[in-house]
Amino acid sequence: MMSLSGPGLSETATAACIFFIFLVPMAAAGLTLISAGLGRSRSASHLMMSSLAALSIAGLVYFVCGFAWQGYIGRPGHVLVLSGSSWNWIGSEHFFFRGLALDGTPASLAALLQIFSVGLAALIPLGSGADRWRLRAICASTMVLAGCTYPVFAHWIWGGGWLAQLGANYGLGHGFVDPGGASSIQVIGGLTALAVTWILGPRRGKYSPDGMAPAIPGHSSIIILFGCMLALVGWLGLNSAGSILFTGGETSRTVLIGINTMLTAAAAALTAALVTGIRFGKPDASLTANGWIGGLVASSATCAFVAPAEAVVIGSIAGAVITLAVEWFELRLEVDDPGGAVSVHAIGGLWGILALGIFARFHGPVLNVASDSLRISPEGSASGQLLAQLVGVATLLGFILPLTYGLNWALNRFCQFRVSAEGERQGMDLYELGAGAYPEFVTHTDEFLPR
Amino acid sequence: MKFLGFMLLLAGWLLVLAAIVLLPAPALRFGFVLAGIGVEALGLTLTIRSHLIPREEKG
Repeated sequence: MMSLSGPGLSETATAACIFFIFLVPMAAAGLTLISAGLGRSRSASHLMMSSLAALSIAGLVYFVCGFAWQGYIGRPGHVLVLSGSSWNWIGSEHFFFRGLALDGTPASLAALLQIFSVGLAALIPLGSGADRWRLRAICASTMVLAGCTYPVFAHWIWGGGWLAQLGANYGLGHGFVDPGGASSIQVIGGLTALAVTWILGPRRGKYSPDGMAPAIPGHSSIIILFGCMLALVGWLGLNSAGSILFTGGETSRTVLIGINTMLTAAAAALTAALVTGIRFGKPDASLTANGWIGGLVASSATCAFVAPAEAVVIGSIAGAVITLAVEWFELRLEVDDPGGAVSVHAIGGLWGILALGIFARFHGPVLNVASDSLRISPEGSASGQLLAQLVGVATLLGFILPLTYGLNWALNRFCQFRVSAEGERQGMDLYELGAGAYPEFVTHTDEFLPR
Repeated sequence: MKFLGFMLLLAGWLLVLAAIVLLPAPALRFGFVLAGIGVEALGLTLTIRSHLIPREEKG
């Protein structure tokens, strides 16, 4: 077991950090509304209920054991020595936040931020499993995410873990850098969504034997677009707080972070609208919303280290890639993902991580680096940064995806994920909750025809 | 095929880790990291193919 020297924060930085952290639940509210709007009306209440359950369980499990395994820079962790270099692989804090002074120290602020952001990660798969994922299975899957997958990876990048130390140990730039959680929150949520979608299978009637995949449109574009606006506020908080806590960014840098977050999302949304306008004749509201969120996701990695013009480029690429990925996953790969979570969060997050390696300019050391071998060019880019980011991408695909799939596959053996055919026909609201989201609305009879 | 796909994903990741630990030369290290990601891409392809829905189960 070992510990590194931790960071300190000024009073201003602490106050700013607390303010930014309290904005983060807005991101959760936004994602929930988007997932609900993209699903059918007969499962809307179920999705909102599931989101609340996921947020609650994620927070509680993180309190019980999540933080103990995640830890924070400067706090104790289990270390493996390999070829003379230390590999800090998991935190060794006490369970139930014991031993953590909840008094505004950076570690306590990290715990506060994480108790919200782990819920954010847990919400991402809900949109993918909409209309067929049972509530009790959602709760079980959330426990696994908040208690295992999330804290392990978050320790590697935010707890002084081996990915963060790639710069110090192997001279790879500043080590893996991701201030806003494009990897630990977004890609982990997106890969869990992919695993859950594979385990659940597609909704009934989604793919016909003749190879057609009829669209099952979301039930409210108003809810979706309002969710996008709420999400922006949450993301501003998430990116700013993450930059201060996990990369040692100064409070004044949050101006750049706010501008870049907005520009990346705006460029991504407009590109998505343009791409769908060219492909389908008219811009598509739900895909534009996906582009907006994808831009926010990409900004989580890059917001603190790129110039505003580069943020526009990153957002434009994110918007185009995500729009095409949604179609590709649905039609070519037969992944029935009503919320587009795999494309938006996994692909958007992976692009953000790589974009940091390509575009980032560093004007000083990042918090997780203690390397003398680091070389910063006059323009500010650190040598080896792209390689560090590539190692992070390889870890997410090569370790986290099999892990989350295996854990959810095992859970599915004990707690059946998919609702019965009758439940799917009735809709999740009636079948699992006993009441619909919009009881006074006229029900169309074709909603109840077997598919 | 599904199991093989996930094993290839894991093998690709281990190749990346081995490159970081064992190869000090930047060019060689970069090459082996890319090779590891290539193995992962192969694993991902197999995994995706194993999850395609058989024609008789569609509908």
